[in-house]
This record gives sequence, structure tokens and C-alpha cells, in this order.
Amino acid sequence: MVQKLQYLKETPSQTAGPFVHIGLAPGDAGFDIYRTELGRDIAGPEAQGTPITVTGQVIDGNGTPVTDVLIEVWQANAAGVFAGAGEVEPGFRGWGRVIPDFDSGVFRFETVKPGAVAGPDGRMMAPHITFWLVARGINVGLGTRMYFGDEAAANASDPVLGLIPEPPRRKTLIATAEGNRYHFDIRLQGDAETVFFDI
Amino acid sequence: MSLPELHQRDRSWHPPAFAPDYKSSTTRAPRQALLSLRGTASELTGPTFGHGDIDPLDNDLLRNYAHTGDPIGERIIVHGRVLDENARPVQHTLVEIWQANAGGRYRHKKDSYLAPVDPNFGGCGRVLTDADGCYAFRTVKPGAYPWRNGVNSWRPAHIHFSVFGTAFAQRLITQMYFEGDQLIALCPIVNAVPDARAIEQLIAALDMNASVPLDSIAYRFDIVLRGHRATYFENRPEGG
Repeated sequence: MVQKLQYLKETPSQTAGPFVHIGLAPGDAGFDIYRTELGRDIAGPEAQGTPITVTGQVIDGNGTPVTDVLIEVWQANAAGVFAGAGEVEPGFRGWGRVIPDFDSGVFRFETVKPGAVAGPDGRMMAPHITFWLVARGINVGLGTRMYFGDEAAANASDPVLGLIPEPPRRKTLIATAEGNRYHFDIRLQGDAETVFFDI
Repeated sequence: MSLPELHQRDRSWHPPAFAPDYKSSTTRAPRQALLSLRGTASELTGPTFGHGDIDPLDNDLLRNYAHTGDPIGERIIVHGRVLDENARPVQHTLVEIWQANAGGRYRHKKDSYLAPVDPNFGGCGRVLTDADGCYAFRTVKPGAYPWRNGVNSWRPAHIHFSVFGTAFAQRLITQMYFEGDQLIALCPIVNAVPDARAIEQLIAALDMNASVPLDSIAYRFDIVLRGHRATYFENRPEGG
């Protein structure tokens, strides 16, 4: 016998189920309970940089919009600094909770465009927003990234996009740009399936 | 700035994305393999929360939606610690829960189960862990409820938990079950977890020592988040 390693095991994940809004966005479940719901204001009123609007849908393997998904986003400020890891504007949290419309499945959020952040090897990553999706039918939250369609040069040298072995799949992480509006659809399964990360 | 990396997640301990007995996973599971990504600042940082974000009553589900009296049901305390895989407490982290009422009905406009809503029960709570990683909620024990999976599928009584940790890559949502519930063994969501020991980790123990005599029964549920990797030797940067 060898010595026992004393690490604990991570608590196993379970689906957030169909009623995730009750806990994480009760206003969307249809009732008011908390003084403030968290995650409603991503960048805060004093955020520097370019205000942007992001819209999209999460689409299942049948091509149907997922209307009961809950998305969390996490991003740096316009200077590429994460809240908690350096100086950011007062009120800049960089984190948000996004719920799609229950009928159409379209989600929409407002924030500022994040700046570039250094990757682990010191090379700069292109501006991106980290997404985390939970829903009924999703056993472990899915992590992905949204890059910006108007950052072609930065995207081309992004070290994370460069890890994706099939270049056509890189496009699944790039939102289409129309001025300061970006559209980002996430496909859970099948054709043009979005790249999800094991981070 | 150099951020502490995390232990790799053991995905054989977690349920797989595709678990066909849990039917809605079949169209919501990616077919492609996940792309492994060594944590960058985007994954190794995460949001923090303070006492300004939440109210003291937010962890008391017997009171936080009580309009005309107490909710109906078995009064329970659910408490435990949030630790990392190195058994260190995760301090001041946000723990959020949600659940059905004692009859198995959720206060959600999309829940049409015929069991009634309880006018004095909302079904959600949140709290920050203390310096030892401890948290506690007071609530009613949720009821089992039917769901459209098999023709006669019933979820065991459960409370949904959401925990943050310090890195976005520690983000975890899970469900807590109750010791002794015979529906646990029948549930395809539970059984998506491949290892029986991992399932045990989701079952809260009856904790008579934390019960309040003539008031509330207690259950203990500890949560483990991914641990930070020890760095005895710095990684040499690529090309360095």
C-alpha cells in the first residue's frame, strides 16, 4: 500500500433544471423577493469604453431555441482588467446573468466592449467575453467564449482560438458585428456546434 | 500578475453531457469533445460579492417570503461548509439555493403541477460563507414532484445549489438530496452521475446535533469546489 492522497473530490454537478430562475433570477420566475437581483448590471454606470449590446439564441440539437437557459457572462473592463484582479471603475462588476425571452429564446445584454487580456504565456488574447450556460438537460455547465467579429486581426492571433484544431470551428466563437451591436448564437449540438471548453 | 491554476476537473466524477435516460440531455449535449484550455485570467478570476449585495434575511426561507404567516412544511436547517479539494475553506463566497415547496410545487410561472403554491413560501435563498467556509439556511423540506421524462418519473426531494468560489472555472451548480429518500435510486438525473461514491456526495446527512429542539431538524451538506494547484516550481513560459 502507498500513502493515501488526501484530496477531496469536487462535488458532482447536476443540471440546473427548468426552474433555475427561481433561485438565480426570481423576477423572471414571476415574483419579487430580493432587494436586488444580482447580475443585472454588468459594467455599471461609470464604465469606460464602448457601450455594446449583445443578442443571440442558444439552439439545441433540433434547431430549437432553448428558452429555459441561464447564461452567466464574465469579462474584463475596457482596459483589459478583471474586477477583483486590479483597479476597475466603481460599479464595474464584469459579471452578469442573462435570461432569454421565454417565448423566442432571444437573449440580450448591454455592457462595454472588453479590452485585450494577457494569456498565460504573455501573448495577448483578443477581446472576448466568457460565457457559462446552465439549463434543463445540461448536466455540467457549458463554458465558451464570445469573440468580436470586428476584431479580425486580434482574433487571428488569439492563442485560444488558435488551439481549435479545425479552423472552421473557430468561427463558432465569433459574434457578428453591426456597429456596436453583436449577435452571437450558441449551438449546443450538431451542425456548426459551438466550441465548448474544459477549463 | 500570476494567478493560481486549478486542479483539472475530473469529468468521470461528474455526469456526462449525454445521459439518454435523462431525455432532455439528448438534444442539449455537445457531440464534439470539449476543448481543453489551460486556465487564463478569464477563467482564474471571478466575481466577488459582499454583504452589500444581500440582506441578512435572504438565507431564511421561512421568513423571506412570509406574508401572512409561516410556510407549511417540515422546518429544516441546511448547513455545511464550502471547501476546496485541498480541504481549505472557501471564504465569503456566494451560495444560492432554490427549491419547491413542501408539496413539490415551484413558485414559477412555468410550473403547472397541480399541487398548490404556498402563499408564504418563495423558495429561494442566498448567503455568503463565513471565514471558515460555513453557511446555513432555514427552510421547509421540499416535496418530491413528477416530471415528464418517463411516464411516471418523480424527482426525489432536492434543493438546488449554486456556488461561485474565487475563479469562474470553479463555478458549480448541483442538487442536494436527503438521506433516506428512496426516490434517489430511481432518478435518471441522479443516476447520470456514474460513480456511486459521487452520488453519495450529493446526499445530505441528517444532523441531529445541529437540530433545534422543538423547532427544526437539521441536515448537513458540505460542498467541495476545485482546488488550486500547488506551484512548487514555476512553469517556464513557452519560448522562455
